[in-house]
Amino acid sequence: MSRPLINRSPMPGLGLSVGVTLTMLSLVVLLPIGALLMKGASFGLPEVWAVVNTERTWAALFLSFRISLYAALFNLVFGIVLAWVLVRYDFPGRRIIDAAVDLPFALPTAVAGIALTTLYAPNGFFGQFAKELGFRIAYTQWGILIALIFVGLPFVTRTVQPVIEEIEREVEEASATLGASRAYTLRRVILPMLAPAALTGFALALARSVGEYGSVIFIAGNIPLKTEIAPLLIVIRLEEFDYNGAASIGISMLAISFFMLLVINAVQIFSRRRIGHV
Amino acid sequence: MSDTPAPQFRPANFRPVTTESPLTRWLLIASVVVVLSVLLFAPLIVVFAEALKDGVIEALASLGNRDARSAVLLTLMVTALALPLNAVFGVAAAWLITKFDFRGKAFLITLIDLPFSVSPVVAGLCLVLLFGTNSLFGGWMVAQGYPIIFAVPGIILATLFVTFPFVARELIPVMIEQGKVEEEAALTLGAGGWRVFFTVTLPNIRWALLYGVLLCNARAMGEFGAVAVVSGKIRGQTATMPITIEMLYNEYLSVAAFTMAALLALLALVTLVLKTLLEWRYADQLAATHRH
Repeated sequence: MSRPLINRSPMPGLGLSVGVTLTMLSLVVLLPIGALLMKGASFGLPEVWAVVNTERTWAALFLSFRISLYAALFNLVFGIVLAWVLVRYDFPGRRIIDAAVDLPFALPTAVAGIALTTLYAPNGFFGQFAKELGFRIAYTQWGILIALIFVGLPFVTRTVQPVIEEIEREVEEASATLGASRAYTLRRVILPMLAPAALTGFALALARSVGEYGSVIFIAGNIPLKTEIAPLLIVIRLEEFDYNGAASIGISMLAISFFMLLVINAVQIFSRRRIGHV
Repeated sequence: MSDTPAPQFRPANFRPVTTESPLTRWLLIASVVVVLSVLLFAPLIVVFAEALKDGVIEALASLGNRDARSAVLLTLMVTALALPLNAVFGVAAAWLITKFDFRGKAFLITLIDLPFSVSPVVAGLCLVLLFGTNSLFGGWMVAQGYPIIFAVPGIILATLFVTFPFVARELIPVMIEQGKVEEEAALTLGAGGWRVFFTVTLPNIRWALLYGVLLCNARAMGEFGAVAVVSGKIRGQTATMPITIEMLYNEYLSVAAFTMAALLALLALVTLVLKTLLEWRYADQLAATHRH
């Protein structure tokens, strides 16, 4: 019944690899996160709640999660379309676009932040059109949305792309010979196959956007209650040496992210069970 | 024998059932190109346009001062320390996970992936709470004259945190796919552990390792959120390139900010080119998700 902790194996290097892995993992990741949780514990749950339950903190948390959700939803739809176009269609510049999709991974967030702000500020290249139409993009929630779409752009495409490549044309042909229209085939045959991978990409994009800081703070305007994201509020509290306040917001962000990942995992298990593969 | 193809009787508007109508295709391609132009290409172009606004000489001059040079050096130094540490960790973790059978493996993988779902700012906050002046250990280190937070060690730790999973994530799928048969054969032939690793395993994983290190490098040089929290932003001492960009931008020194940004954007472009080359040339030796 109970299998041993480690199965005996002639493979060398067990001690060394366990040692290096656990030492690095503890020093770099576990101890720091432990320190945050300890801080919360010593501060006390009621006090953590008292910090979080203020208008400004709620506004920041709600803003971060709401706009991240919109951005991730946009990236979910656009990412599937982009992956489909890149795999199925041939057009000049396809390979360049394919390589460029990873730009948000490679371009430092601060660089993306100042570039997007310059473009979408009221006197910027795109911002001036918005200004003529009577609204502003940079320094409003629209600016945050654009920055978060930028950072989350590659996730869904990169998880869905390999799945589209593996789809066998026979499945689509079978569907067509049975009288399904192309739209019906896409909706009822292709889309369910892509769903688990797309959801994984969606979850990754969401997790990334919620915590994003560098590309957002330049374009957001950072007005309390309006365009102040949760990570920025943590930085502000730290600059005030309010470590308890910063830790409380950090813990609540961790808790909400964890909860979201749980929900998305549950949805994924459900969708896999319904579709019955992958 | 003639190789002339059989005459095809296709109507002019023939289209296979496994593709969409030309109009749909055209619309989808157009929408993809428009969105990517507005969101990806335009920001990239604007970085270089703003840097060269007053000419090349002005742009280069802005890199000449002491603070700019120290920012570049600091970023290079932090990366040079963080990369090998992460590469060693990645190889060790991938070896442990793929060559041995033990309980809690899935949990270990989750822990390694954890930094991906933690906000960089929260990561910085964690480090401040653990090593900051008013923590037990951090206070003691400051008393000894070796501060961690608002100093270079903190920046290295923050960089390590945010790039932690990169190498391991690239190696694990490749090493699972390759199995351990080759290593076992080498062992039965009498090779020692290190010899097996250097002559059997390493040649099999070298391109995946390089791929992981490449991504790790891009993130390490460009990390902003986590470093911003722990660096203290002391000019000429703890200001990395991204931090310097922020300071210059906030002082309305647009050319200087964008010139430094252009350096990092060039790095990003080089990373993308190398990554694409690896994906084309060594697709069979990378994790399955990177094969096109």
